Amino acid sequence: MINHALETRSLTLSYGETPIIDNLDLMIPKGKITVFIGGNGCGKSTLLRSLARLLKPQSGSVLLDGEVIHKMSTKDVARELAILPQGPEAPEGLTVLQLVKQGRYPYQNWMKQWSSEDEQKVNYALEATQMTEFAERHVDSLSGGQRQRAWIAMTLAQDTDTILLDEPTTYLDMTYQIEILDLLFELNENEQRTIVMVLHDLNLACRYAHNIVAVRNKSIYAEGKPEDIITTKLVKDVFQMDCQVATDPIFGTPLCIPYGKGRCLINNTGDNYAQGSFDIRRKSSVRTV
Amino acid sequence: MSKYFPLRFRKGIISFLVDKKAIIVATILFLLTILLFLVSTGMGDMKISLIEVINVLLGKGEKMHVLVIQSFRLPRIIIAVLVGTALAIAGGILQGIVRNPLASPDILGITGGASVAVVLFLAIFSDKNNALTVSIKWMPLAAFIGATVVAFLIYTLAWDHGVSPIKLVLVGIGLFALTQAITTLLMILGPIYQASQANIWLTGTVYGSNWENVKVLAPWTLILLIITFVSSRHLNIQELGDAVATGVGSRVNRQRFILLLLSTGLTGGAVAFAGGIGFVGLLAPHIARRLVGSAFGALLPVSALIGAILVMLADLIGRTMFGATEIPAGVFTAAIGAPYFIYLLFKN
Repeated sequence: MINHALETRSLTLSYGETPIIDNLDLMIPKGKITVFIGGNGCGKSTLLRSLARLLKPQSGSVLLDGEVIHKMSTKDVARELAILPQGPEAPEGLTVLQLVKQGRYPYQNWMKQWSSEDEQKVNYALEATQMTEFAERHVDSLSGGQRQRAWIAMTLAQDTDTILLDEPTTYLDMTYQIEILDLLFELNENEQRTIVMVLHDLNLACRYAHNIVAVRNKSIYAEGKPEDIITTKLVKDVFQMDCQVATDPIFGTPLCIPYGKGRCLINNTGDNYAQGSFDIRRKSSVRTV
Repeated sequence: MSKYFPLRFRKGIISFLVDKKAIIVATILFLLTILLFLVSTGMGDMKISLIEVINVLLGKGEKMHVLVIQSFRLPRIIIAVLVGTALAIAGGILQGIVRNPLASPDILGITGGASVAVVLFLAIFSDKNNALTVSIKWMPLAAFIGATVVAFLIYTLAWDHGVSPIKLVLVGIGLFALTQAITTLLMILGPIYQASQANIWLTGTVYGSNWENVKVLAPWTLILLIITFVSSRHLNIQELGDAVATGVGSRVNRQRFILLLLSTGLTGGAVAFAGGIGFVGLLAPHIARRLVGSAFGALLPVSALIGAILVMLADLIGRTMFGATEIPAGVFTAAIGAPYFIYLLFKN
């Protein structure tokens, strides 16, 4: 029994001549939520894409349940692992049902395009994402959050143990971000699906992830439970940002509060009284846990 | 009430999800096609009533009517149907793989490639009396080769670890201009008679079609059509983008290549017998998309019917509305298509 869903062995990735990830060994735990974080252009999305065999490694390999993913038939991979790329676009006039149905592609052939099993899995995916009532609406007529839920429904219809998502909450309102992440969290809780995603919001990453992978400078800077690894030093090194790491008052997970400019309503330094804007710099790197 | 119903046979070995609206639209269009076919057969210098047309088609009818219909009108109208169908499907395929509603065989230069080949073919295999020295059967092959050369060029020039749709479009537009230039050059260099012949042909016309043409084009188009319909689920996936398509287990580049080849084959056949009837490949899939949405299982058959209707109608108007002068069908498809294309450009 392998207890990691995905694994990389001396993985090197590059776009043309530019190296993106260098000689990486990484294990993605099974049945957990893993979140990749890192600054813009650090290679976290590229890493995710290569885990989903969308990008061929320059050297090294990606293993899916112990098998080299690039040597498996792409259909077999599609039955084990689904990926939702960043900002997918549906053609005009496609209904939600028609979109979600495409998730069944790896199980279909030219004669068998809507088996009872297909129907059952699609209905389940629509229900789980609360999209049943929108099934016959056009994807392009939906709100951002609903549209993203429709795409997630498509990856669910694929009926895989592992789901990869590249920034599933980008460009969504706060409400929808939480809605999408709650949905993914539930899928993990109730069905033990392995979820791997790239997120921009460090605080949400800390709240939902069992396991965080911080990517920096072509390799992994740190990896582990958010409460173990998120420190002011990590944020400084990975995001080049000064911050204070506090504890989320509701969830108890690490909460990163950036320093910088802004209105300040509390007495911070002793001589500066509230009201007005201040430039607050890092004074001490205490972590208030 | 759901818009869809499942269709399953043989214990689920065969199963489809059927869009009710698409069935209704396709049925109406099919009836329209039949009606237009019959009406068109009856119209012309010699007016023949609808009932008499049906009689003739059933093997009865007056001798004179039989002659006119059997030898002149029928092959011509059948070619119009085949050409319209082929161009519409070719356009639908391209719009799917390029993920752009502006794509069509003419705009990407595939029609242009076929045209160059046909003008070359006419130049090389004509004797002094402008009679062909080889069988006309070879013309679609020439057109197909021309279309394929351009498709191949588009593909290799746009290739960079796979082919991105936007590159396909840009390279295609460039090649379109190039094929135009070559055709013009060939026409200027050739004899005047040949140039004027080539010119009518390039505008696109089904004038002078005969059974010989039908015998070549019908099987060619039908076989490619069937393969395309069978591939419609691959097209559906292509339209979601490379990453999604790869994610669900499609071999994107291989399938894109096959689909491009199908589109090229259909275009080549159509151009060989009817010249560059423009904008059908753009218009028909577009109208179809408006009617039945963008799932190709419904989109392709509906596009095919619309394409057939468009070309039949354009030909009917061209040969009946202007007295003795025949106007090539391509003039009318362009008259509707060009403004529509500009409208689409602005909209996008």
